[in-house]
Amino acid sequence: MNKVDVVEKAHLRDDIPEFWPGDTVKVNVKVVEGTRSRIQVFEGVVIGRKGGGLRETFTVRKVSFGVGVERTFPLHSPVIDSIEVTRRGKVRRAKLYYLRDRVGKKARIKEKREPAR
Amino acid sequence: MASKGILGTKLGMTQVFDENSRIVPVTVVQADPNTVTQVKTPDTDGYRAVQLAYGTRKRVNKPAAGHLAKAGVEGAKVLAELRLGSDDELPEVGSTVSVDTFAKGDTIDVTGTSKGKGYAGVMKRHNFSGMGDGHGVKKKNRHPGSVGMAATPGRTFKGMKMAGRTGGARVTVQNLEVVDVDTEHQLILVKGALPGSDGQVVFIKSAVKAANKGGGA
Repeated sequence: MNKVDVVEKAHLRDDIPEFWPGDTVKVNVKVVEGTRSRIQVFEGVVIGRKGGGLRETFTVRKVSFGVGVERTFPLHSPVIDSIEVTRRGKVRRAKLYYLRDRVGKKARIKEKREPAR
Repeated sequence: MASKGILGTKLGMTQVFDENSRIVPVTVVQADPNTVTQVKTPDTDGYRAVQLAYGTRKRVNKPAAGHLAKAGVEGAKVLAELRLGSDDELPEVGSTVSVDTFAKGDTIDVTGTSKGKGYAGVMKRHNFSGMGDGHGVKKKNRHPGSVGMAATPGRTFKGMKMAGRTGGARVTVQNLEVVDVDTEHQLILVKGALPGSDGQVVFIKSAVKAANKGGGA
């Protein structure tokens, strides 16, 4: 095994559920305020995953009060408490950047009906 | 402050998460145990130092083989000398130095050979600014500009920064931080980038100018 992978392996998380671009996810983020820490939920559509290994990140987009908000998380970050997949989306590409130019009904993603993989 | 050092191979870069869950860029260095092949003392050599051997070599010439045999080493890829302070203990010839000489949080200097860049212009080589890209400047956007005065002195001074062979030189990066030490796999994780390409030998030493004196030792 590549020694750089050995280093990465120690930091990899194995509790990440399977999810892909188009899916709607709830990301429970640990937020530290002073001495207290709490969980903040960021829910939206996954519009892309990039990178590999420990460096993999995913971007979640949501529309909050009419303003599009995107957040990119390192997939293996300890900041993420947990990820829940709330809806599987049916999409035909790996990066859904076209959603940025769409609002309202056009920005919808069809739900995948077949049983989960 | 004790001088410590170890030779290793730069394996490549990645990133890890620190205790605050922040991403830290690291370079992974494989540092298999180095053997002390010679100890220099004020009596014999006029100064205090140790010579470290790292790696293996199949073909070793007789003088080198004889020198290394004293420490029980068959062949070494690289030898390097580490100067010791007057308060450092002199190790035995044949003893080994492994990654655990360094600990998490140590401040270090890393010496290696930088990547060769070939014949490079002044912008890459000396960080010149170049010239304007428009407004009547005629095809001089990466040029150095003036290299001197007119009739007095009537020549260009020696040492003027100009284009030329770049890289492939011995470079030391100072005050880097040891992010982690993996004694199981003999790895040292250094924060930030190191000189040279992956697979090259680098020399890790305790920092000469450690900002937190003593903390780096």
